[in-house]
Amino acid sequence: MTFDRRRFVQATGVLGLASAFPIRAQAGSMRLGLMTVKTGPLASGGIDMERALVQYLKEHNNTLAGRKVELFVGDSGGVPAQSRTKTQELVERDKIQAMIGPLDTASALATDDYIRSAQLLTLSVAAAEDMTQRKPNPWFTRGTSTSSQCSMPLADYCAKTLKMKRMVVIADDIAYGHEMCAGFMRVFEDAGGKVVQRMFPPLTVPDYGTYLAQLKTNVDGIFLGFAGSNGFRFLRQMNEYGLIKKVTPVGGMTALDEAVLRNMGDEALGIVTSCWYSAEIENPINQKFVSAFRNEWKYDPGFYAAATYTEAAVLDATLQAIKGNIEDKAAFMKTVRSIKVDTCRGPVQFDQYGNVVGNIYIRKVERKDGRLVNRVIHTYPNVSQFWTYKPEEFLKNPVYSRDSPPYKNLES
Amino acid sequence: MRIANLTHGALYMLGAYFGVSILKVVPNLWLAALLGGLAIGVLGALFEKLVLRKLGGNVLGQVLVTLGVAFIIADLCLMVWGGDPIPIQTPEFLQQPVRLWGLVFPAYRLAVVVLAVLVGVLLYLLMERTRLGAMIRAGVDDMEMARAVGIPVSRLFTIVFCLGAALAGAGGIIGGPIMSAYPGLDSDMLPLALIVVILGGVGSLFGAFVGSFIVGFVYTFGVALLPDLAYVILFLPMILVIAFRPKGLFGKFAA
Amino acid sequence: MLLLLLALLPVAMGEYYVNLGSQILIFAVFAASINLLLGYGGLPTLGHAAYLGVSAYLSALVALKLGLGHALGALLALAGTVAMAALFGLIALRATGLGFLMLTLALSQVLWGTAYRWVSLTDGDNGLRGLTRPFGLDGAMPFYYFVLAVTAGSIWFMARYVASPLGAALKGTRDQPRRMAALGHHVWMVRWITFIYAGFWGGVSGLLFVYYHKYIHPVSLSLANSAEGLLAVIAGGSGTLAGPLVGAAIVMLLKNYVSAYIERWNMLLGFVFVFIVIFMPEGVVPGVKRLWRRFTSKG
Repeated sequence: MTFDRRRFVQATGVLGLASAFPIRAQAGSMRLGLMTVKTGPLASGGIDMERALVQYLKEHNNTLAGRKVELFVGDSGGVPAQSRTKTQELVERDKIQAMIGPLDTASALATDDYIRSAQLLTLSVAAAEDMTQRKPNPWFTRGTSTSSQCSMPLADYCAKTLKMKRMVVIADDIAYGHEMCAGFMRVFEDAGGKVVQRMFPPLTVPDYGTYLAQLKTNVDGIFLGFAGSNGFRFLRQMNEYGLIKKVTPVGGMTALDEAVLRNMGDEALGIVTSCWYSAEIENPINQKFVSAFRNEWKYDPGFYAAATYTEAAVLDATLQAIKGNIEDKAAFMKTVRSIKVDTCRGPVQFDQYGNVVGNIYIRKVERKDGRLVNRVIHTYPNVSQFWTYKPEEFLKNPVYSRDSPPYKNLES
Repeated sequence: MRIANLTHGALYMLGAYFGVSILKVVPNLWLAALLGGLAIGVLGALFEKLVLRKLGGNVLGQVLVTLGVAFIIADLCLMVWGGDPIPIQTPEFLQQPVRLWGLVFPAYRLAVVVLAVLVGVLLYLLMERTRLGAMIRAGVDDMEMARAVGIPVSRLFTIVFCLGAALAGAGGIIGGPIMSAYPGLDSDMLPLALIVVILGGVGSLFGAFVGSFIVGFVYTFGVALLPDLAYVILFLPMILVIAFRPKGLFGKFAA
Repeated sequence: MLLLLLALLPVAMGEYYVNLGSQILIFAVFAASINLLLGYGGLPTLGHAAYLGVSAYLSALVALKLGLGHALGALLALAGTVAMAALFGLIALRATGLGFLMLTLALSQVLWGTAYRWVSLTDGDNGLRGLTRPFGLDGAMPFYYFVLAVTAGSIWFMARYVASPLGAALKGTRDQPRRMAALGHHVWMVRWITFIYAGFWGGVSGLLFVYYHKYIHPVSLSLANSAEGLLAVIAGGSGTLAGPLVGAAIVMLLKNYVSAYIERWNMLLGFVFVFIVIFMPEGVVPGVKRLWRRFTSKG
């Protein structure tokens, strides 16, 4: 049967391929995995993640706490099931001992149960809130931010400093967008403001015309919870419809990231955003990081690059504290949750759920040296994922989502 | 031309990226669109002559190869232009909104509408009123007879494919100020194009024209009124039309 | 004999390869179900991921929201998928060729959009997680044997269908629909039944999928997924039994294995497709057969 013959050839082929690529296991070295996205719409952030991590390792001679590091990079293409498969590949084939990443929330959620069963030490970039809240994963640490960790302080700033009273929120129609807006709305309304309109366009909508046409203009500002290039496209279209002067845009942590900013023009000037990072932060570690990154790649590092650079610093500090003994997973997790590290984003430490507590910066877009930058105009220190709410109270409510907490002040 | 061509979205995207590069040298958008369109047209012609021609009526082969080329183009764009979305500047004099009858319209979008109508009319005239158009239609309707009468069908098909590709490429550049160039643009545009053509009816230019209006209106208003059903609304008109009229609204062939 | 080889696979290789093997087999069932429509029925479908997705989601929802066991969950999932296939078949079969293709695409996109937006049911972009495998088959090797058994069974059933009188009628409608109608065959009915049958096996692959990943996300219902399945069938050779399996292996290996070594594996996949079309336009299996025959006849 030709049926058999084909399968046989194929099976032998696979066996042959397998023996051609034996697993390298060098004694004494440490195997680190990076789960990122290098193809598809999230690729630009993912590529930055790799660049910054490689830079950190190079600056430290590829050695952390006295052990040589072997880096294995996985590309999930932004597809959650693929992310999980690639993580399995990194663990089962390349035998990684720790993983930095993944990039996107859905991938983190997809890999959650595998991380638990494989007990994989994970330093995440992804913002999935519940992984450090109601369903905390004991092997999971996050040095970046939850979705709402940056939007809540911004709401405070809008209400108290910018004196806004009525606002609109708009974000991509995904969990990340919902979580950001819910957090923003809660803090804004607790400070006396009202969110009178919310819009959640589909993630891949090509044109924001319909949404702009419905936008209320009798408001003080609009909060943009977009990710990737959507924030930039929305702003441009807002400009084209003549709305940018009427309704002041303020942005979440990914709306005007350095990666997007470098392709924008004057329409971005003066826009206030909040994030746990800015390339303009003035501490010695960051200045060194930014100038080296810019020298190599000719653009400023943003959210994603800073994410892996920070996670690498956390990894480094933790390893040093446990004398490089990454094999002791329990000690690693215990240490990482009690450690304090100075990084490019400022000082960081972690709460009992594994989420970072650190500075959140309010930034304004300005022109410097002929390019657009996010200048830091205000710092909220020691911000946790719960903002000023008590953790026990916070966790009693269901996770931030489209309708939780409910939007009580919407006007039609 | 009855070719299942799934590369079209990728050609649009490639056009947009070409536009980004061309605009660095030639700062005029319309000129860039022309040049970019020409470049893509040439690529399209090459592709048709060297690869698609060999497939004849092998529809599955066409699907496979056009999708394969689409993958290749997408990855090439990622390699050359990187993963970030790249904006294309709106021409200066069209940047301000226009006030008409008390409503505000972005000037550039109005310009694109005008251009689209113009192109549609030109294409229609080309196909219906010129000798070239007549020869093309003859070649599609009955290839053997047309050949027997001396019409160089193969060369004409290459020209048509070239024209289609050129329009896609130019479209990418003209759409640039609205859409920008970004990875994934190809898979965003392709379903839209396919829906419009199928709904309007394969083989009818007028059908494509009408189809795009219908889809545009239904989608835009539908999304505003019922945002939860966005994807349903996009496909609903097509499903309804095909279910009741398999040729599409003005189609010449049972698709 | 091939079954023996596949059964020996996990003994020879490590966990990662065994898992890869499971994934290839799952995708092979998916591709084979598409082949029923495409290869034997002449009906190109670009929306088959819908059945994989619906069955996976139903199984997940039944487990998470109703707390029912796997057997009942599988039953309900497959029943739901079959009902959906029957309904979609009614709509899609109003056209053939390109119209059929677009209708299947449209219907599956509708489902895909619904999975994303009906957040209260599907948790939208977060996907559904916290699922379990039947019989607690969490280990790579035992699960692989489970998948192998189900795959072998699925292919066997599909082969029987094709060899049966109904299958012969199906092939007839593919080649000569008008003549078949003239001979008194109910062309539409043959196609509709095949559509439902193909949907059923698509649903089976969906169950295997959700058991393997313990997670389901709307992206599994996407056009990209349907297209991958269709491409696997065309590349392997539609209208043959082995074609979809070979095609599935090619696509999966490139996606999962090669992608670790070659960054631009998408482009490589594209080139592989172009290569196949130029040198083996009927697909790999018939093409290799042809070349083999030419080779052996020369010698």
